[in-house]
Amino acid sequence: MTNAAITPSPLLPRLLATSRRFFRWVASPHVVLSLIMLAVMFYMVIIPLYRMLMTTITFQENDLRYVRDAVAGEFTAFHWLRMLTSQISKIMTYEPLLHSLTISLGATLLSFTIGGAMAWMVVRTDMPGRKIINVLAVVPYIMPSWTIAMAWKVLFNNGTTGGVPGVLMFVTGQAPPDWLSFGPLPIIVSSALHYYTFFFLFVSAALMSIDSSLEEAGELAGASRWRILRKITFPLVIPALLSGFIMTFSKTMGTFGGPNVLGVPVRYYTLSTMIRSNTTISAYGDAFVLAILLILFSMLTIFLNQKIVGTRKSFETIGGRGFMAQKTKLRNWRGFLTTVIVIFQVLIAVLPLVLLVWSTLMLRTGDYSLSNLSLAHWIGKSDVSINSGEPGVLRNPAIYRGAWNSIKLSLYTAFFTAFLGVILGYAIVKGRGTRLAKIVEQLAFIPYVIPGIAFGAVYISMFTKPVGPIPPLYGTFALLVVVSVAKHIPYSSRTGVSAMLQVGRELEEAAAVAGANAWQRFWRIIFPLTSTGFVSGFLLTFITTMRELSLIILLVTPTTAVLASMTMRYIENGNEQQANAVIILLITLVLIGNFIISRFRGGSLKKGLGM
Amino acid sequence: MATTITVKDLTKRFGDVIAVNRVNLTVEPGSFLTLLGPSGCGKTTLLRCIAGLEDPDEGEIYIGDKLVFSHAKGISIQPGHRDLGLVFQNYALWPHMTVFKNITFALEIQKLPKSELEKRVKEALAEVQMSGYEDRYPREMSGGQQQRIALARMLAYRPKVFLMDEPLSNLDARLRMDMRAELKHLHHVAGATTVYVTHDQVEALTMSSKIAVMKDGLLQQLDTPDRVYHYPANLFVADFIGNPKVNLLDGDANGNNSVTVGDFKVEIATYGMSGKAVVAVRPEDIAISTRPDPGAVEFIAYSVLPSGADSTIVAHRGDIEVTVRVMGISKIRLDEKIWLKFDQQALNLYDKESGNLVVAK
Repeated sequence: MTNAAITPSPLLPRLLATSRRFFRWVASPHVVLSLIMLAVMFYMVIIPLYRMLMTTITFQENDLRYVRDAVAGEFTAFHWLRMLTSQISKIMTYEPLLHSLTISLGATLLSFTIGGAMAWMVVRTDMPGRKIINVLAVVPYIMPSWTIAMAWKVLFNNGTTGGVPGVLMFVTGQAPPDWLSFGPLPIIVSSALHYYTFFFLFVSAALMSIDSSLEEAGELAGASRWRILRKITFPLVIPALLSGFIMTFSKTMGTFGGPNVLGVPVRYYTLSTMIRSNTTISAYGDAFVLAILLILFSMLTIFLNQKIVGTRKSFETIGGRGFMAQKTKLRNWRGFLTTVIVIFQVLIAVLPLVLLVWSTLMLRTGDYSLSNLSLAHWIGKSDVSINSGEPGVLRNPAIYRGAWNSIKLSLYTAFFTAFLGVILGYAIVKGRGTRLAKIVEQLAFIPYVIPGIAFGAVYISMFTKPVGPIPPLYGTFALLVVVSVAKHIPYSSRTGVSAMLQVGRELEEAAAVAGANAWQRFWRIIFPLTSTGFVSGFLLTFITTMRELSLIILLVTPTTAVLASMTMRYIENGNEQQANAVIILLITLVLIGNFIISRFRGGSLKKGLGM
Repeated sequence: MATTITVKDLTKRFGDVIAVNRVNLTVEPGSFLTLLGPSGCGKTTLLRCIAGLEDPDEGEIYIGDKLVFSHAKGISIQPGHRDLGLVFQNYALWPHMTVFKNITFALEIQKLPKSELEKRVKEALAEVQMSGYEDRYPREMSGGQQQRIALARMLAYRPKVFLMDEPLSNLDARLRMDMRAELKHLHHVAGATTVYVTHDQVEALTMSSKIAVMKDGLLQQLDTPDRVYHYPANLFVADFIGNPKVNLLDGDANGNNSVTVGDFKVEIATYGMSGKAVVAVRPEDIAISTRPDPGAVEFIAYSVLPSGADSTIVAHRGDIEVTVRVMGISKIRLDEKIWLKFDQQALNLYDKESGNLVVAK
C-alpha cells in the first residue's frame, strides 16, 4: 500500500487524534454496555469459578481434622488425591459418577423413545387430536422436575427405609421390591417422564421444518416409506436429535431432586447428591472436586454436541417452511394411537398430582382408605402426634415465608434477567463482528455448561468472603437472586439477541440521524420495540426460577428457604406428607404463573422452552 | 443556504475488504449527486460515512465549512449534529410510532414548541401529498406511502443535506416512475444538497446533476449524466451505463484514425493511439439499412426484438455481434442481410489494456 499522500504529522496532534478516536470508541453505547457486561459476568461467573478451583487446591479449615500439619490456605493436592485415588474415592467419586452416567443415559434414551415417537406421530401421521397432544406434552415440564419422583414414592414406597408406605403396598398388602421403590430405575423413569418434552419439542420442530419435497423426491425415486424414513427423514433430523440428547443428558447429570428423593434413602448417590452431602458437612474442597468433575462432563457433552452437530448444521433447517403434503396413513390405528397417547399423557400429568394430594389428606400414614382422609396436614393445628408437631401447611408461617420467598426470588430474578437480556442483546448485536462482542457472547454462554448444582457450589466458594467492595453474601437472599440471574444469563442473552435482531439497525440509525443521543435512542426506540421480548423473557424466567431446585439447594438457609427447597427439607426430615403438600402449593403457584404467561403470549410456552 | 459536501481521500475498510478506496469528490451547493454502481461497489458505505453512521479509516469529510470527519485529527461528529437527513432503503419508520410521532421525533429532540411541531408536520405531509395521515401507524400504509412519510420525516426538520439510500428500490416499477418525478421536484423546491445512492442507471440519469460511478470502492467517473452517458471514462462505465448495452468491438488501432475490427475498418479519431483497442458504439448510434450503402458494413440479422416504441436488432458478422436500436417496430426479418453504419460522432475509443477512454492529449 502506498501512503505517500499521507504526510507524517507531528507527534502531539497524532497522539491527540488517537486518543480522541479511542475515547469515541469507548463511549459508543455498545462498547460501554459490553464493558459493563464483561465486568458483571466476570464477577458472576469467572471469579467464582476461579475461587472454586482454588478451594480444591488449598487446605480448608475443615481439613485440619484429617491432616495434622495442614495450614489453612496452603497449596495442596490433598482434595484431588483423596477424591480420585484414595480408598474412599470409590464411594465418594466413582460410584456417584457411574450412577450419574447411568441415570443420565437411561433417562435420555427413554425420553428420546417417548418424545421422538410422539413427535413423529403428531407431525408426520394423520392422527387426530394433535392439538391436545401438543398441549399436554408441555404439562410435565411445567411442573418441578422432582414432582414425579415424589409421586413415585407415594405409589411405590416399600417402607424399607422408613417413611410413609406407598399406595401399592396398601392395596396389595405386600412391599414392592426394592428395585421398583428406589434406585436407578425409578429415577430414570421419573426423570424421563419430565424431560421427554424436550425431545418432543425438538423433534417435532425439526420434522416440521423439513421440506416435504425432499421426501417426495425420494418417493419419486421409488424408495419405500421405511427407506425414506431411514435414509432421508432421519438424517435430516439428526441435528435436532443430538441437541435433544445433549441437553437432556447434561440436565439429568446435574439434577438433584429426583436422586435425592429416590436415591439417597438407599444410599444410591449421584454426583449431585454427593456434592450436597459433602457441603452439608462443610467439606467444600471435596465437594468442589466433584462439582468440577460434573462441569467437565457437562462441557464434554456440549463440546461433542458442537463437534458432531456443527459439521451437520449446514443442512439444519432444511428449506424453510416445509409444507407437509403427505402424512403417513395410520388407517385403523388412528383413533387407537391417539387414545393411548392421550391416556399416557394424562396419566403422567394428572396421576402424580392425584397421588400427591391424596397422600396429604391421609391422617394416619400409610392408610389410603377414604375414611382416613382429613385436612389435618393442610389446616390442622400443631399436634405432636402429627408431623413432629408442625402445624398444617396453611397454618404454618414458615410455609408462607417460603412461598413469599419463592415469589420474591422469581420476581427479582425475572426482572434482572430480562433487563440483562436486553442489554446483552444490544451489546452483542450492535457489536456484531467485533472481538469485544464475541467475548461477551462467549462469556454469556459459560453458565450454560455448568450444571445447576455445580453452579450453586461455585457460589458457595465465591461469597463466603467479601469480593472487593461487595460483602460476603453467603446466607443472604440476595445470593439466591444473584445465582439465579447468573444461571439464566445464557438464555437471557439469547432472547435478548433475537429480540434485538428483530429491530432493524436502520431504526436506530434513523434516530441517530434525527439527533437522538444513545439514551434517547435506547428508551424511545430500542426498548419499546424489544419490550415484547422483555416481557416474555420476564415471564419465562419467573416460572423456571419458581421450580428451580438444583441451583439453590446448596445456598438456602432456613430464613431464605423457598418452597422448592422446603420440599427437600421436609422429605429429609421424614415429613413426606408435609413435603407433598408444599410441592402441591408450589405447583399451584407455577400453574397460576403459567396461566398468566399463556394469557400474555397467546398460549405458546413452547417458544421459550426452546432450550 | 445550500451547502457543499467535500470528501477527501476517504477510505473505509471492513476487515480485508476495502469498501471505499481513497475517494475524492465535491458536491456543489444545491446539486443532486448520484452514487451509482453495482452492489458491493461501496456507494452505500460512502453515503453512510457522510452520514456519520460509519467511521472511515482515512480521509476527511466537510459539510459546508464544518469538518465533520477527519481521521488525522481524530474528529467524528455524531450523525445528529451534521445537519443532514437520511432516507433509508426500507424507510426505517419507527413501527411503534404514528406518522405524527415519526415526523416530530427529531423536532422534539430540538425542543421546538408544540405549535411549530404541528405546523411542520402539516407542511411536510402536504409536500409529499400525504395530508391527513397523521394518526396512521407505518404498518397501516403501503410501501409507497411509507416512503413518502420517510421523506416527510426528513423534510420536516429541514436539514441542509439530503441523503438517500436507494429509496425507490422497494417500490414497484410504476410507483418508482412517479416517485422519481416527485423526488426531483422536491429537491428543486427544497434546494438542499442531495446525495443519492442507486444501482439503477435510469434513476441516476434522469435525476442527477452529477453522477459518481463507483466500482470496487474506487470512483470511476464523476460527471454530468450527459457526459457519463456519451463519454464514459472507461470500459466499465461504458458497459454499466446504457440499456441495451453498448457495443464493445475489439480491434487494432493503427494510429491513423481508423481501427480494424475483424475484417472491416471503423473510421475514428485515434489521437495517435495504436495497438489493441476497443471501439464503443451505443445501439442507437448505428444506422441500419436493408440495401448496401457506401461506408456501411454488411451483417446478418440474427434476432429482432420489437418492443413498441423501439426495436432491438442483434446482428452478426462472423464472430462479431452488434446490437442496434431503432425507433418503432422494425420490419427486418431474421437472417436478412442488413448494412450497418456507425455514427462517427458518437464513437468512443478505449485502450484495451488500461480500459480508459482515448482522448486528445
